[in-house]
This record gives sequence, structure tokens and C-alpha cells, in this order.
Amino acid sequence: MSTNAELMDFEKAIELFEPVLGFEVHVELNTNTKMFSDAPNPASSQAESATQEPNTMITPVCLGLPGSLPVVNEQAVKFSISLGLALGCEIASSSRFARKNYFYPDLAKNYQISQYDEPIAHDGEIEVEIAGGKTFKIEIERAHMEEDAGKLTHVGGSTGRIQGADYSLVDYNRAGVPLVEIVTKIIQGTNENAPEVGKAYVATIREIVLALGISEARMERGNLRCDANVSLSPRGSGKLGTRTETKNVNSLRSVDRAVRYEIQRQAAIIAAGGTIVQETRHWHEDTGTTSPGRPKSDADDYRYFPEPDLLPVEPSASLIQELKNALPEAPAKRRSRLKADWGFSELEFQDVVNAGLLNEIEQTVQAGASPAQSRKWWMGEVSRIANAKSVDPSTLVSPKSVAEIVKLTESGELTDRLARQALEGVIAGEGTPTEVVAKRGLKVVSDDGALIAAIDEALKSQPDVLEKIKSGKIQAAGAIIGDVMKAMQGKADAARVRELILERATG
Amino acid sequence: MNSMSNELIQLSAAKLSEKLVKKEVSALEVTKAHLDRIEEVDPAIHAFLHVSTEALKVAGEVDGARRLGAKLNPLAGVPVAIKDVLCTMDMPSTAGSKILEGWVPPYDATVVKRLRDARLVPIGKTNMDEFAMGSSTEHSAYGPTKNPWDLERIPGGSGGGSAAAVAAFEVPLALGSDTGGSIRQPAAVTGTVGMKPTYGGVSRYGAIALASSLDQVGPVARSVLDAAMLHDVIGGHDPKDSTSLNESWSSFTEAAKEGAKADSLKGLKIGVVKELGGEGFQKGVSDRFAAVCELLAATGAEIVEVSAPSFAYAIAAYYLILPAEASSNLAKFDSVRFGLRVNPPGGGTVEQVMSATREAGFGPEVKRRIILGTYALSAGYYDAYYGSAQKVRTLVQRDFQSAFGKADLLISPSAPTTAFKFGEKLEDPLAMYLNDVTTIPANLAGIPGLGLPMGLAEEDGLPTGLQVMAPAKADAKLYSFGATLEVLLKESSGELILQDSPLYPGANNASSANGGVK
Repeated sequence: MSTNAELMDFEKAIELFEPVLGFEVHVELNTNTKMFSDAPNPASSQAESATQEPNTMITPVCLGLPGSLPVVNEQAVKFSISLGLALGCEIASSSRFARKNYFYPDLAKNYQISQYDEPIAHDGEIEVEIAGGKTFKIEIERAHMEEDAGKLTHVGGSTGRIQGADYSLVDYNRAGVPLVEIVTKIIQGTNENAPEVGKAYVATIREIVLALGISEARMERGNLRCDANVSLSPRGSGKLGTRTETKNVNSLRSVDRAVRYEIQRQAAIIAAGGTIVQETRHWHEDTGTTSPGRPKSDADDYRYFPEPDLLPVEPSASLIQELKNALPEAPAKRRSRLKADWGFSELEFQDVVNAGLLNEIEQTVQAGASPAQSRKWWMGEVSRIANAKSVDPSTLVSPKSVAEIVKLTESGELTDRLARQALEGVIAGEGTPTEVVAKRGLKVVSDDGALIAAIDEALKSQPDVLEKIKSGKIQAAGAIIGDVMKAMQGKADAARVRELILERATG
Repeated sequence: MNSMSNELIQLSAAKLSEKLVKKEVSALEVTKAHLDRIEEVDPAIHAFLHVSTEALKVAGEVDGARRLGAKLNPLAGVPVAIKDVLCTMDMPSTAGSKILEGWVPPYDATVVKRLRDARLVPIGKTNMDEFAMGSSTEHSAYGPTKNPWDLERIPGGSGGGSAAAVAAFEVPLALGSDTGGSIRQPAAVTGTVGMKPTYGGVSRYGAIALASSLDQVGPVARSVLDAAMLHDVIGGHDPKDSTSLNESWSSFTEAAKEGAKADSLKGLKIGVVKELGGEGFQKGVSDRFAAVCELLAATGAEIVEVSAPSFAYAIAAYYLILPAEASSNLAKFDSVRFGLRVNPPGGGTVEQVMSATREAGFGPEVKRRIILGTYALSAGYYDAYYGSAQKVRTLVQRDFQSAFGKADLLISPSAPTTAFKFGEKLEDPLAMYLNDVTTIPANLAGIPGLGLPMGLAEEDGLPTGLQVMAPAKADAKLYSFGATLEVLLKESSGELILQDSPLYPGANNASSANGGVK
């Protein structure tokens, strides 16, 4: 099994081989309705995926019922053009949909409406930045529009995969969700940075689509999905190796891990005289490993042909220009602006970028928190919990909640320690920070009376400390603060306690 | 059947409309008369796969609305039959296939919705070759429809059910669909009128697709005016069909009425397409066609010969494009969401269930075309087959363009022969395919084509059909010209040719029909 695969030490692998990468990123657009029907889009900003009963967001078109016909969602076309422009692509004045034919029960019509030889956007380039500020140019081959498939749940069997299942359930809510698939050209010259470049690339795509407002971009929900192609070229050989395509690597952290794993796995196989099988591979988040999927040849025959139910997409030059003018700031430009606005050091800012938390911090600042505090919480406590849970920090808590926590601490209503408890409560789904504070009774005790009583008690029990303070050794107050905080079960503002101690001791 | 019913079923839709508007007759009476006729003759004809149980109720509602003075469409209360390829919420929609046996769609086709909105009375679903693949209805999974002229002969296909229902006076109007001649060829061999509109003129939403780039829904009737009136009801832009034209169409009814009044064709240039006649055409058909040409010339039209050299490749191109699109359109019939499901013995994987279902649910002609189409689209063959076929399609369009530079309208026989006998071409698919030689070019080019009767062939006494073609979007011209010609033919050869049909309700010879219906 895959979990037992031999791995070569990463540095050694890079010494022997040059990693060659390629990415296919699927972006679910957040239009109100689906790509080809007026069914509500479960990936839209309004839809709350948690409350979606299976097969409730569907029309005859989503089910591919006989006689039903697709109609292109104009908003999705505009979003796709904007995305193409943001990726530096050329926008085709005429592009066409094509049918990709294959039988699979999650594909209602047994063909997917996609774009084949005439994508809406092609030949772009973006720059991505990794730790230390090193940048890489990633060339974009194409970005094309297509529809998502439904979702299969395999019941029975041990793997949760179709093989060995007793039966499978199909939910077509996702069938027909608008997708843009972004395909890179092959990426070379990343060497030991390969895993980080992969992660930075996907993070940049995420940044772009969020800035454009065209996708919810929540990777854990599949709004943004990455397939990572990895092959190894023996150093000096000048030959490309056989690639594998690891499907659905659905967190930024996993992109790094999956690329790293494939490099190490493939290196071990090649070094041992084996050959790499051209195949798709499944990513296992829990073990951080990949396992074989289905063999994939370049000649998979999807019998593409132009979709006769749809007319070519022919955006006017003026529409393209209009969308171009409305493009948000490019990520690199935005980063330098934010860095200046926030006053972070080069290192601090890089850490934020590498953690993929730029958006979160920006939104937290927009929600009223200070940049320094926003950074502290996201990079500190939130990231710590996220790491422990092996998830992306952005999935744990909203910027709005973090901002609320920051504001509660800044106003003295919460101590740092209480704020951490409040965050824990928010992550546990207990409500907004204010609600958690109320439910858990986390409010700082600001009633001086209770504090004074506790202080007097503490001073009485430690007369030697009292004497020290009286004699001017103010730092001795620390011991009393500890006692008081303990007595107050942490629900006191340490600064105020200190003030009061000095007052009582010297007064 | 009483004499009033007998009279009602002979009336055209236009005449029925007049009587309904004047309240000389009720929709209920009209509908009842036709239901009785269906009960009487359909066991022999088998034009219907399903007869509506709602028709009388719907008719009664129309009468109610009319009594209350509601402003209704002229055709409100007139019964109409619907080809089974069209989705109807209240009746099974099988497209003539076992794989959809009993399937009742959760929505109406746009054309059906428009019929209902105009308050016509849907009376039933008509038989057809499975998924509209055929020229004889012999490929229907539910058994063939008989030609009312001779029960041992085919009624044409794929829309043989709609044509036969109209020809046998079971209903005055019907909807058909025409991918390569499925409205016009049945019209020809049953002595009725059928129109394939300009591609995009009528919505395809809810029409179970055969070949999306060729399919077009159209009217079937016994007169040009009736067809025009039905076309007015079903036509026009539909936002649910992206290939539907956003045009404002002038009234086809008016065009037909104007045409019927014309007493001269002076100034009209009629092109005879050289490639759509001659060798391979039955003598009786060619003779009738020549007679029509003379008649037209005598009425002032200028007859010119035009050539369309690429038509020679039209059938070959058609039989690549159609199966290619069909192979993909029919992929959805996999048992997962609707229709037949066949479990292999002992169960099986989803792939095995799909395979067993398609094996059991599709007939041999459907399988033949799926295999052909799958092959034509395969990597490595695409350019040679599908790609080349599309090039031929462009050439056919150019030929039409140049022909319409020389003539206002083009004419040809609608079919090379009169109705052939059952089984005659069943074992020879190529011979069956060649039956569409005259009608296919119009589908490839997306232009409209009207089929109307042009008299009986001398040698067998069976109907022959004339096809008239116009440039895209010039559908009105066809109705106008068709109505003129209809008058001319009546004047020259007597009344409606259906009066010669053995099943003509006014005739005493009903029981002496070949094969007999009683």
C-alpha cells in the first residue's frame, strides 16, 4: 500500500532530480445560478452548504433529463473573462463549448460541457512569491469554462471509494456549478522550492479570485480544488520524466505536502531502477501520502466535439475592456501596498504571505482591528490550533470574529488568556465572540471591590512582599498579581490589578 | 359514428376554428368526435402510443372560457396530436423507445406549453421510429404505424404517427420533428402537409434530442393554412433554447391566406434542383413533379434549373453528423436517474447495469447509429469523419446560397418514391437512408422546407409529395407559395387528394380499404 511507499530524503531527491510541476486548479464561481441552468448555485455566496439537502438545488437541466437544454450563464462568462484577465491571459473573441464524453454516474448527461480547443482565456502569466521574497513566474496555458459534476457517496466497503462499495448515492446539487479550470504550462526551475512554489501558486490563485469576488474560494468546501502534476527529470538528462497527477489536493498546506511527497516517492522508485506509472493519484490528508488512482494516458478518448446546443461565446471588445478596467489590484502590487500600510517588517510580512493569511488579516483590519493585533492572532493562536488540527487557519474562524476578539481585548473587556478561551469557543461553534464571552462567563472582573478584597487578602497572607513593595521594590508585586489572578480565576485585568496593588500597598 | 361527428372530423383546423369561434360547435363536441374516430380506426392504424384521458376535460374548460367571453387563440379548442419525442407532463414521453417506457417528464416541452397556453386540446402522443431514427416507423419499439392509404405500407418516418393520425382524420393537427425529413417524408407518403421550419424558428426545449444541430419541431396538417396556424402558435424565440432565433416572425397564417388569394405567380422564379430528381426516383413521382412544374409555369412562374453538386455528399455527411451527435445525446439513457433499469443476474456494478439497460432498452437501429457515431468521433478518426462531414455541410450551405441567387424558391419531390411496403427496406439500412435524399440538404443548411401533396402516382395510386425550400427565415414565403399551389392543384385535379384515401370518412369505401379497418 501507498503508506508503505519508500521515500527518498527530500534534499537527496532534489540533488538527483529536477522536479517538474504542473497544476490544474478548478475554481467554483459564486454566481447566483448554475453554469447552464437557473438552478440555485450551491457555491454562491448566498448558499449555505451545510443546509443543503441532497438533490434539492436541481432542475431538469442539472439532471440531464431528456429534452432539457443548457443555456450559458452570462455572469459566469463575465467572471471567467475577469479571471482570465487577472491571470494575464488573452481573451478569445470567440470561444466554444465542447462535449467531453464519458460515462460516470455523477455526470448526469454522461458528457460534461467544457471547452476544448477554443478556451475563453489562454496564454497568461502570474508571479508567485515564496518565503524570503523569492519570486517565480508561472505561465498559464489556458483557463476554460465548464460545469461541475454531482457528488457520489459510496456506502459500504472500507475505502469510501467506488471499488468495494455496496451501493452509491448521487447528489446532483453540485452538478452544473460553474467552474473555471486553470491549467499551467510545465513549471521548471523550482528545485528545492518546488513544494513551496506549488503552495504559493494556489495561494495566489485564491488571492486573485477572492479579490475579484468571483468565488467563495473555500478549499475545504471544494470551491477551489487543485490537481498537482509532478514528474522528475534526472539532473543533466534533459529529459522529462513520467508524471503523476495527484487529484483534489484541497488545502494550501496539502499542496506543499503532496508535491513534496510525490518528489520523494518518485525519486525512490527511479533510484531503485523502477518506473513511474502515468496515473492519477489520491491524496490522503490524514497520512500525508498519495495512492494510485486510475491509469491515465494522454490519449484518453473523450470524443470531444463542439456542443451543438450552444452558440459560440463571443464577448465584445468593449465588454472585455470594461472588465479589464474593473480589475482589482494585482496581488504583487497589493502586497507591497499592504506591507506599507500595516507597517510590518519584511520578515513579519513574509510570514503572513507564506501562511496564506493576507486576506484574512486584511479583512480583520477592515473589520476594525489593528494590523499588529490582527497579525498576532492569525499567526499565533489561530495558526497554532489550525496546525494541531491539520487544517488551514482560514477555515477555523472568520476575520470578523477575530476582529471582535481583538477589540474586546483592546477595550480591556478580555485578557489575553480569556480571549484565547473565547477563540476556542468560537472555533467550537459556540457562537460569536461576544456570545461565547456571555455563555462562558469570560468577562474581566472590573469591579474594583472584588479585586481589592482579593488583593488585601493576598497582601495579608504575604507580609514580606508587602514590605518589599512599600520599600519601593515594585516588581515584587508580581507575586501578589499571581495570587489575585488565581483567586479571580483569571477573570481580571492584570494591569488594573497591578495598579490596585500598588495603591493598596503604598496607600 | 354519427353524421355530425363524421362531418367534424373532416374539417380543417381553420374551419373548426371558425365554427368554434361562432359557437356553432363546442370544443367538447370536436374533441369527442376525434376521440371516437381514434377509437374506431386507430386499432388498425396505430398512430397513437397514448391517448389523453384529459382531453375532454381540457376541451370543456375551453368551452367554459369561451362562454365567459375570454379572448382566445383562434385554434383554442382544436385537438392536436403530439409526437412522442416531445415532453408532456401529463402523458408518457417515450420517443418510441423501450428505454423510456412509461416515463412521464416533470416538465412540458416549450412547444407543448405553447399549445396549452393557446388552449389547443392535446389529444395524444403519436408513434415514431425509436428516437426518430428511421423513415418508416418500423423502428418504433411499440410496433409500426400503418399508412391509412394502404395498411400494408409504411406511413413514412420518423413521424409516421403524426402524419397517419392527420391523414386518417383522427386529428386535424399534429406536431412533428424533422432531423432529416421526419416531417416532410411522412407528409409525402400520406398525402398530408408538413413543415420543417428554419433551424431556430421553433424551440427544441423538451424535444428529446436526436441530432441537436439538425432537429427542428414543426407542424403537421392536412392543409397549408392549418400548418401555418399551428406554426404561429409554436414558433418564436425561447430563452430556454440557445439556438432559438431571436426574430420577430410575421404571421404565417396571414402569409397562407394571402397566398390562397393569389391568381398569378408572375415574377416568381422557381428553381428545380437537378440533383434532387431523375435516376432513382419512381416514375409516378417524377411525372407528378413534372406536372406541377408545368402548372407553375402556366401560372406565370419562371422555372429555372439549378445545380447543387455537393448534395451528392449530403447523405454521407448527414449519416456522420447525426450519429455523432446522437451517440452523445443518447448517453444520458443509463438507468441512473430515469427510465428503464435492467439489473444483470446477480446484480452488478453501475457500469454493468448501464450496459445491461442499454442493451435491453435500445433497438437495433439506435445501437447501429450509436456505434457509428462513437466511431466517427473517436480520436484519430474525428477529422476524417466528423470534421469532413462538417465541411460538406458548409458546401451544401454554399450550394443553397448560390441556388437562391438564381431562384426565389427551390422545389423537388419530397421523397423519391411513394409509400413502400413494410419490411421492404428493413434489412437494408442504406436503402432506408437513401429515402431521405431529398429532405436532408435542408436540415444540413438549416433552411425551411414545406412538404405538400402533389397528387397520386399513376402506377400505384398512392400520394406523392412536393418539397418547397426557401432561404433561412423565409418560412412565410413557403406558406404563401404553398397555399397558392394548393389552390392551383385543387383546381387542376379536383378536391383534396385525401378524398381518394380509402379511409376518407365521407367515403363509403372505408371497409374496402386495403387490409380493411373494420
